Amino acid sequence: MDLLNLGIKSIFIENMVFSYFLGMCSFLAVSKKVSTAFGLGLAVVFVLGITVPMNWLLNEYVLNEGALSWLGSNFAEIDLSFLRFIMFIAIIAAMVQLVEMTIEKFSPSLYGSLGIFLPLIAVNCAILGSSLFMAQRDYTIGEATVFGFGSGTGFFLAIIALAAIREKLRYSNVPDGLKGLGITMFITGLMGIAFMSFMGISI
Amino acid sequence: MSTETIEAPVAKESEALLSKRRKKFITDPLNDDNPVTVQVLGICSALAVTTQMKPTMVMAMSVIFVLIFSNLIISLMRNAIPGRVRIIVQLAVVATLVTLVNEVLKAYAFDIYKQLSVFIGLIITNCIVMGRLEAFALGNKPYDSVLDGLGSGLGYSWIILAVAFFRELWGSGKVFGYDLMGAIGFENFSANGLMVSPVGAFIVLGFIIWVQRAKTGYVEH
Repeated sequence: MDLLNLGIKSIFIENMVFSYFLGMCSFLAVSKKVSTAFGLGLAVVFVLGITVPMNWLLNEYVLNEGALSWLGSNFAEIDLSFLRFIMFIAIIAAMVQLVEMTIEKFSPSLYGSLGIFLPLIAVNCAILGSSLFMAQRDYTIGEATVFGFGSGTGFFLAIIALAAIREKLRYSNVPDGLKGLGITMFITGLMGIAFMSFMGISI
Repeated sequence: MSTETIEAPVAKESEALLSKRRKKFITDPLNDDNPVTVQVLGICSALAVTTQMKPTMVMAMSVIFVLIFSNLIISLMRNAIPGRVRIIVQLAVVATLVTLVNEVLKAYAFDIYKQLSVFIGLIITNCIVMGRLEAFALGNKPYDSVLDGLGSGLGYSWIILAVAFFRELWGSGKVFGYDLMGAIGFENFSANGLMVSPVGAFIVLGFIIWVQRAKTGYVEH
């Protein structure tokens, strides 16, 4: 039940885009068409679902204070948490590469639709952000997995909704200075208000 | 640009420390080529930390620091980095600098460090940093790269400070924690909760973009 609650929380209430502004760059850049937004969203869910538990393992068994005690009592005092940023980003970059190669080998059609987005994802702040939140909040492995998938799904929903709105928006008469980024900011703000209504829901 | 300086090394020496060409590196990103509002980079952190002026100021300084030094380091190494692994090298350099900033803040400004939480770490994936490294530092001389980093950093800074100013003023009636609304006579100023929430950030930035583009005449198609 706790896990379900956390899942709902990370999808709707603490949505990556609307409450933490993570992944805004690709959120704005790749939301012009629903089909491409769908591809990127799917890739984000995929990569987040893998990297957050991976980084959890790394954090638990290598980086945290005393995490190396499984190597022997000499290592029990070591605190490597200052290496967190470098290790997390390295794992993310490596996992993205691995996922890309695996998909290319086993499902060329999926690779065709996801392929170009995967390299982009390595520098998407939603991915690194989720891992850092996971480390900060001391999740368990189960929670970390649910949190990863949940935040990915939240991003997926947000980017598809925005892309659908922007497709319709093409036929509207927007003031010159607001075209593109300006109006998109307002729309995102309004969507954020809608997502605020989920606040306080718990199961 | 580079071939020109190789052919005429004397001209290079006589180029002023802040010649017209170099001044453009700093002034361009302020308005006409602003990293946030025109190039649409680094929006994540521009919005997330801007509920108050003080953490925003720290964030701006951290980003300027990381931009200048990562530009300098990558520019010094630009001829030694093989093209295929450049992204990893860039990430490693940036992550090291960010770790440095993180540890310094943790030691000397713990309250602000707590407030900024993960967003210091997210400077690593701030697209402005990677963008400048890719677009500028890999192909230019160290001094020019430093100026370019400074310019982009300042362009980013004034946008996030402007957003933070309006959000703090309307959200709590204060500026840098000083009760400005009370001081100019609005004793019973009722704070607008929407400004402090994420939604306020989007709307304020939307307006800033609108005003700026109305002034510079830039239209996106």
